Amino acid sequence: MPKTNGHGEGGDGEPMSGHPGHRLASLSLVPAATVRSATKDFKSDQEVRWCPGCGDYAILAAFQAFLPELEVPRENIAVVSGIGCSSRLPYYVNSYGMHSIHGRAPAIATGLATSRPDLSVWVITGDGDALSIGGNHLIHALRRNVNIKILLFNNRIYGLTKGQYSPTSEQGKVTKSTPFGSLDHPFNPLSLALGADASFVARTIDSDRRHLTSVLRAAADHQGAAFIEIYQNCPIFNDDAFAPLKDAGPNDDRLIRLEHGEPVRFAGGSRGLRFGRHGQLEAVDVAEAVDPDALITHDAQRRDPSYAFALSRLDTSDFRHTPIGVFRKVEQPSYDQLMADQIATARRQGGPGDLTALLAGNDTWEVN
Amino acid sequence: MTKQVQKLDHVIIRFAGDSGDGMQLAGDRFTQETAVFGNDLSTMPNFPAEIRAPAGTLAGVSSFQLQFADHDILTPGDAPDVLIAMNPAALKANIKDLPRGGDLIVNTDEFTKRNLTKVGYAGSPLEDASLEQYNVHAVPITSMTVKALEAFDITRKDAERAKNMFALGMLSWLYDRPSDGTLGYLKAKFASKPEIMQANVTAFQAGWNFGETTEAFSVRYEVKPAPLTHGTYRNIIGNTALAYGLIAASQLAGLPLFLGSYPITPASDILHELAKHKRFGVRTFQAEDEIAAVGAALGASFGGSLSVTTTSGPGILLKAETIGLAVSVELPLIVCNIQRAGPSTGMPTKTEQADLLQSMFGRNGESPIPIVAAASPADCFDVAIEAARIAVKYRTPVILLSDGSLANGSEPWRIPAIAHLPDLSQEFSFATAPEGGWEDGQEFEPFRRDPVTLARPWAIPGTPGLEHRIGGIEKADVTGTISYDPDNHDRMVRLRQAKIDGIAADIGLLEVDDPDGSARVLVLGWGSTYGAIGAAVRRVRNAGGAVAQAHLRHLNPFPSNLADVLRRYDKVLVPEINLGQLALLLRGRFLIDVISYNQVRGLPFQSAELAGVIEDVIGHA
Repeated sequence: MPKTNGHGEGGDGEPMSGHPGHRLASLSLVPAATVRSATKDFKSDQEVRWCPGCGDYAILAAFQAFLPELEVPRENIAVVSGIGCSSRLPYYVNSYGMHSIHGRAPAIATGLATSRPDLSVWVITGDGDALSIGGNHLIHALRRNVNIKILLFNNRIYGLTKGQYSPTSEQGKVTKSTPFGSLDHPFNPLSLALGADASFVARTIDSDRRHLTSVLRAAADHQGAAFIEIYQNCPIFNDDAFAPLKDAGPNDDRLIRLEHGEPVRFAGGSRGLRFGRHGQLEAVDVAEAVDPDALITHDAQRRDPSYAFALSRLDTSDFRHTPIGVFRKVEQPSYDQLMADQIATARRQGGPGDLTALLAGNDTWEVN
Repeated sequence: MTKQVQKLDHVIIRFAGDSGDGMQLAGDRFTQETAVFGNDLSTMPNFPAEIRAPAGTLAGVSSFQLQFADHDILTPGDAPDVLIAMNPAALKANIKDLPRGGDLIVNTDEFTKRNLTKVGYAGSPLEDASLEQYNVHAVPITSMTVKALEAFDITRKDAERAKNMFALGMLSWLYDRPSDGTLGYLKAKFASKPEIMQANVTAFQAGWNFGETTEAFSVRYEVKPAPLTHGTYRNIIGNTALAYGLIAASQLAGLPLFLGSYPITPASDILHELAKHKRFGVRTFQAEDEIAAVGAALGASFGGSLSVTTTSGPGILLKAETIGLAVSVELPLIVCNIQRAGPSTGMPTKTEQADLLQSMFGRNGESPIPIVAAASPADCFDVAIEAARIAVKYRTPVILLSDGSLANGSEPWRIPAIAHLPDLSQEFSFATAPEGGWEDGQEFEPFRRDPVTLARPWAIPGTPGLEHRIGGIEKADVTGTISYDPDNHDRMVRLRQAKIDGIAADIGLLEVDDPDGSARVLVLGWGSTYGAIGAAVRRVRNAGGAVAQAHLRHLNPFPSNLADVLRRYDKVLVPEINLGQLALLLRGRFLIDVISYNQVRGLPFQSAELAGVIEDVIGHA
């Protein structure tokens, strides 16, 4: 008997209740599941082989637990990765997957998503994979707004090659390849994505599962390219890189949680943001604000990316103020949708292609 | 005035001018009319890589050579019978190719002191004795065109630009070409600019009328149609044929076509052509670079498309890692390399066939790939279908080799009936269940191979129950899970090699053209040298020599009878537009010391010269 739902050993096999519910925006062309699935349906039989304590475990667990929420058949989910520690993730997710080559996952996923709009396509990448060797593909996938969800695990170090500095390592980083400190100025991944006009840009942290899941949900509810930076701890080569954020208590002014439509408040609600004289955002004490109306209310849907870019610039290597959440989420047509529309329009106007007519062309002659 | 008509069995014309003079267009139109008239023909454009090199310089000379005949021909011809030189630079760059007694038509208006000095002529060659060995027709083409267009409300510059149509009209009269097609073409091209359209039509007619009335031409020529096999014909350029072959393959296989490409000379026209055909469901993706182009194609292949990437040699280098991934994950992928002169940027618009060893070996690890090569512009169609057949049947990347001379060259093509094309849908099917069905809790095994073809299942996303992961890390035989086991790796390397080697049983035998079986010398070629070798072999045979000819379409694996064929002859001559790449493979594979003949001038072989080489080998056989 062919299995009709793809959940072999899966789920509780319960039929979907048929509630109309909210269909996530990126899945408008993806078939809906007929039976409910569970986290265990998305666990493959492969032994997970990351170092003990690696942040990747938490992200994998959150991802697998989130996938049933998509309510699409497992066979319509594809996970594509490049090379690096994080890029091993597809092996552990029981869906269709490809562990490809260094930096090229966004390009491969672009071909898959563009030719198969009925799939939910996820890209797993790291700071070296996406921002160094694969930087070009990342920015172009974002500007095209291909319907792929990109999870960038940023641990600010090369892990799989055993500890060289990465394009997000802080300047002066002492590593095996930079015994006197690195000279490179680091990328700010969100600034880069926003510079490429990415339509969805977010940041979250491996240690905050609830927040991580909420960002995954928001990304899935976005038609087009979604870029998620996940701060991820590498316990071996860059341990506690994000400790200042993880240890941040509610009154700490380092972590800024963004909620669309809500005033931006942090440090226990005592601090807010306003625009400074040069277009930059600056932290101010709410109580002392001269003009309370000038305090920023977060609006992720501003079409102009300048505000989201200004938010992204608050973050520095030493985490003075680090916003997490959805920075930008604007609606624009996705690439695969536009390409499908062009084909549909051509067929509507001229009918399906006629091979005999194509081969003959306009200038033929007969030989008898 | 009635002029004498002289019958010819073939003519070779070369249009030469500045890049901006529209010589490629004039050549194209003359070709189209010649095709419709029913001559056999073969063309060779030759142009600089620069879009507009400085006007009037040698670097900016563009030319278009065409041979047409009342019999079947194989090449654009060695040397022109007629040279049209639109300026001193075109004369200087091409005159050495015109044989003594050849017709030379010059546009005298451009022979100004400034233009002459620009290319190093001290005085005008029209006024000294340097051209007296040619049959010179001095025609003030520019000024006559401008004069013919006096009544039009267009700029002088626009009027001058119509001079290529004047030249085309003149040549069309001289060789009695039909003109309806060109007039129709001009009307369509300039539909939105009626004044320019009418000016071009008028210039064409003025050229025609000039030919008829002038005393510059005392003879008009006639080349009768060629007796070709019964059927409907059209003229076709290699890159167009290749694009059509890909569309046909997609239709025949019932798979959507996906092209990932990055613009590069001389391959870009395939992208341009395929981008037009959305009605066939063709998805074309102009990527950010060569790597993304092949990556997207591989991603689409994973999703079940017939996937293609098109490029030239430099692009293949960038794609190499992804092609290696395709070898490892065993997915179909057609990689078209429209070769050009290398290394590095080399000479982008000039032809060469020096990427054979790159195709064979240009990846890390043991990474075998089937290779097919087109022999003529029209053959690009059939080779594209063959590449697709191998790719989908064996789930492997296939490299298709064409080159600049095939890409831009053209010839008449007998349009095939769709029913006679191979039914590619019979060559593969998507997996829908584990081998052996769903019983007994059978798990899907993505690397369980077909016992005959050794192909693994092509299980595409969206297929319930066949979820699986693939990647570039070595896979365990059958199950496809990650494996670093030494014996497994040895087995997988050999399995991948055996799969490609096994294709030899599925490609037919190499046919040898050896009319009476008396030849002791075999000429073996591959790719675009087919025409020049064939014409050379004819010359040798016409002179009483005995020589056999064979041409390889499949370069990896070789046809299974190749060793037998090679051993049948005392000498095997292998002419190549490289330094002996096929020869190296033949010596390595068969321990046969073939004789290599090589040129790498960015140009096709000349058949007269090759005939001499063959005769030389026969003499020593």
